[in-house]
Amino acid sequence: MDIDLITNILYAMIRTGTPLLIVALGEMVCEKSGVLNLGQEGMMLMGAVAGFIATWLTGNLFFGFLMAIVAGVVMSQLFAMIALGLNANQVATGLALTIFGGGLSAFIGSSFVGKPIEGLEVIAIPFLSDIPVIGKMLFAQDLVVYLSFVLFGVIFWFFRSSRTGLIVKAVGENPHAANAIGLPVMRTRYLAVGFGGAMAGLAGGYLSLAYTPLWAENMTAGRGWIALALVVFASWRTERILLGAYLFGLASILHLVAQGLGFAVSPNLLAMLPYIATVLVLVMMSRNQGRSKMYAPISLGKPFHAGA
Amino acid sequence: MNTPTASFQPDRPKRLIMQGITKQYPGCLANDSIDIDIGVGEIHALLGENGAGKSTLMKVIYGVVKPDAGEITWEGDKIRIKDPAHARKLGIGMVFQHFSLFETLTVTENIALALGDEAKDMKALAEKIRTVSARYGMALNPERYVHSLSVGERQRVEIVRCLVQDIRLLILDEPTSVLTPQEVDTLFVTLRRLAEEGCSILFISHKLNEVKALCHRATVLRGGSVSGACLPAEEDASSMARMMVGDETPISMDYDKVQGQDIFLQIRGLSRISEDPFGVDLKNVNLDVHAGEIVGIAGVAGNGQEELLAALSGEDIIKNHDAIHFPCGPVGNLSPEKRRGKGLAFVPEERLGRGAVPDMSLKDNALLTGFLTGLIKNGMIDHESTESFAKKIIKKFKVKTPNSGTHAKSLSGGNLQKFIIGREIMQNPRLLIAAHPTWGVDIGAATAIHQALIELRDNGAAILIVSEDIDELFQISDRLCALCDGALSPIKPAPDTTVEEVGRWMAGIFDTDVCDALAPETQTVSANATAGAVHTH
Repeated sequence: MDIDLITNILYAMIRTGTPLLIVALGEMVCEKSGVLNLGQEGMMLMGAVAGFIATWLTGNLFFGFLMAIVAGVVMSQLFAMIALGLNANQVATGLALTIFGGGLSAFIGSSFVGKPIEGLEVIAIPFLSDIPVIGKMLFAQDLVVYLSFVLFGVIFWFFRSSRTGLIVKAVGENPHAANAIGLPVMRTRYLAVGFGGAMAGLAGGYLSLAYTPLWAENMTAGRGWIALALVVFASWRTERILLGAYLFGLASILHLVAQGLGFAVSPNLLAMLPYIATVLVLVMMSRNQGRSKMYAPISLGKPFHAGA
Repeated sequence: MNTPTASFQPDRPKRLIMQGITKQYPGCLANDSIDIDIGVGEIHALLGENGAGKSTLMKVIYGVVKPDAGEITWEGDKIRIKDPAHARKLGIGMVFQHFSLFETLTVTENIALALGDEAKDMKALAEKIRTVSARYGMALNPERYVHSLSVGERQRVEIVRCLVQDIRLLILDEPTSVLTPQEVDTLFVTLRRLAEEGCSILFISHKLNEVKALCHRATVLRGGSVSGACLPAEEDASSMARMMVGDETPISMDYDKVQGQDIFLQIRGLSRISEDPFGVDLKNVNLDVHAGEIVGIAGVAGNGQEELLAALSGEDIIKNHDAIHFPCGPVGNLSPEKRRGKGLAFVPEERLGRGAVPDMSLKDNALLTGFLTGLIKNGMIDHESTESFAKKIIKKFKVKTPNSGTHAKSLSGGNLQKFIIGREIMQNPRLLIAAHPTWGVDIGAATAIHQALIELRDNGAAILIVSEDIDELFQISDRLCALCDGALSPIKPAPDTTVEEVGRWMAGIFDTDVCDALAPETQTVSANATAGAVHTH
C-alpha cells in the first residue's frame, strides 16, 4: 500500500466515524443521566431530512444544520414528554420514536429524493494540513469534523471535572438520593435528553449535508443502533466512544477498499465488517464487568417519581 | 451506655412545631393529625413500629412529601417546605436509613453535590470535611470512593454532609441499625455534642434502650397517629414498648437455649473472591451447624453476608465444592434446586424480587420453592394442592391477605415476610438458612416468626440466621458468631458471650486462627490478617 492510500483511508475513517461519534456522545450524556433513549435512529433521520430540506430551500448550509439540530431536539423532547413526563416505559417509547422518525422522514422527504445540493466544504488548515499522513486526516476536514473534536474534548472535561457533570452522573446513579439532597432530577434528565437529541440531529444533518450531500430514505443505515451499542460497549467512557466510532469508520472504509481491490468475497459479507469489528473490539474491551460498573449509570432506564 | 446530658432545659424556644399533619396515601392514612414540637438543642425521639408513619412524617419535614393538611412552624414562622433543597436552605439536614450517597463518586464529590455553588473549590471543601470530621470525632478520608467505605463510614459521610452546612435540625432515620454497639456509642457522643451546641436532633428509632440513653423527649406513633409522649429518662423500656405496639400484642419472649445434635451443615475453608467491585471476598470461613440448634451470624451489612448466603444457597457455585458439606456429601457444586432436594430451605434478604416474585400471586409464589413437596405431578402443576399449600401457609402464619390470589407486591413487608418464612418452614427443611428474618417486621409478627423458628429447631432442623439485629440474635440463637469483612469470628454459645464481645467481633477484632475452635478470645489481631486465605483444595 502506498502512502497516499493510507492517507486517504485515515481521512475517510474520520469522516465516516464522525456522525457515529457525535450521536454516540449525545446518547452517552443522555444515558449518564439515567435515561435510555432508543430513538437515536429516528432522531438522526429527522435531523437528516430537516437539514436537507432547509438547505435545499434556502441554499444556506448553516441554516440547514441549525434545522437538523432543531429537529433532533424536538424529537427528543417528544420522547422526554412521554418517557419522563408521563413515566412511560423508556424502551418502548424509544423504539416508537425510531419507527416514527423513520416513517415521518421518509414521508416529508419523498419529493426531495435525488435532488442535488452543494455539500459542506473541506477547510484545510494552512501548514498543519501539510503534515504527511495525519495532516489530511486531522486538519483537512470540514467544520463539523472540527466541531466533533471540540465536542469530544468538552464532554470529556465535563464528566471529568465539572460540577454539572457530577450532577448528571449522580442523577443517573441514584435519582432518589439526588432528589433527596436537592438536585433537580427531572430538569437534568430533560436537558440530557435534549442534548442527546441535538447531537443526533447534528449527526443526521452531517450525513445528508456533508458526508453524502443528498437525501435518501433511511439513509442513516443503522448508525443510530450502532451508536447505542457503542455507548454500552464503551462502558460509558468518552475516550472509548471516540475509539469505537473511528474503528467503525476504518472498517467501513476498508470494506470499500477491499471491494475496490477485487477480493473474491461477497460484498454483502464485507458490508457487515464495520458492524462486526466495532462490536467485537468493544466487547473484548468491556469484558471486565467489574471495572465497567464504575462508569455505568446504575439507574439507567428506570423511571423516577419524586416523593415515591 | 451513658445517661443523657443534663444541659437540656425544657423551656427553651421551639425550633420546629408541627400541628395536625395529615397525609393520605391510597388505601392508607399514613399520618393522622400528628402534633410534634422540637426545641433548640433538644434530642427528640420519634418512636414507632414499621408502618407507624415515622418515615412519612420525616419526609414531610424534609420536603420530600407534601402533607394534605397541617401547619409547620419553623423558628417562629409559618412555612411550607417545598422540596428537599428548600429544607436544606432552612438548615434541616437528614441522614437516611438507606443512604443517599453515590457509590461511584468520592466523599468530597458526594458532599459537594449537596452544597450547591459554594462547593466550587473542591480543595477547600476537602479541607473543611477534614476539619469538621475531626472536630466531631468522625474520621473520614475525603478522597475515598464511597463504594469502598464501610456502612458506618458511609453514615459518617451523611452526617458530615449535614454538618459542613449551617445545620439547625438534624434528622436521623434509624441511624444505629447499621452500626456495631461500639460505633453507636461514638455516634451518641457526637450527637450530644451537637445538641449542646444548639442543634436540634430528631432521632427516629424503634430501639427503646437507645432512646432512653440518648433522648430528652419522645413522641410515640402507632398506626399513623400519636399514641403517646414521654420523657424517656423517666420511663422504662416496657412502658414505651406498650405505647408503640398497643395492649394486645405480646412483646417478647425468652426461649430455652439448647445444644445441637449431629452436624448438618459443615463449612470448611470457604474462600471466594468477589467478582463485584463493590463486593466482599469471603476469607476462609469455617462453621458447623448442628441439627436442632440455631446459629446466629451477627454483622453489619456489607461485610460478606450476601456473598456467604449466595455460596450457601447455591446462587454462586464455588470452585472447591468440598467447602460446603451436608451429611450426604459435598454440595458446593450443586444448584439451589438440588440443594433444596437435600433438605435446604432458604429465606433471602431481599423479599420482593428474590424471596418472592412481586407480580405473581401468593399461590404461584408458594409453588416457586414448594415444588419439591408434591405440587408438581408428571411435569404439570397440581393447582389444587398448590392452592391448599398456600392456604395452609396463610392460615398457620396469620398472613393478612384477602386470598391466595393476591399479588406478592401488595402485601406489607411484615406480612410478606411471614408468608416467605412460612413457605420455607412448611416444607419441613432439615436446614433453614434465613437472612434478616424479622427485618422491617412489626413486633407481633416478629414474635410469631421467632416462635416458628424455635419450633422448627425443636423438631430437629439445623437453622442458620444472618441478622443485623444483635438483640434478636441473642434472643433466639443457641450459638453466636459475627462476620466482618468476609471473615468469621469465633463462635460461642449465646449465654457465654456478651453484646460487647459480639460488637467487637462485628468490628473485626478477633483472631481468625481460632475460628472453629471454642478457644479463648484473642482481641488484638485484625480479621484482615488472613486476607489471602488458603484453599483446602
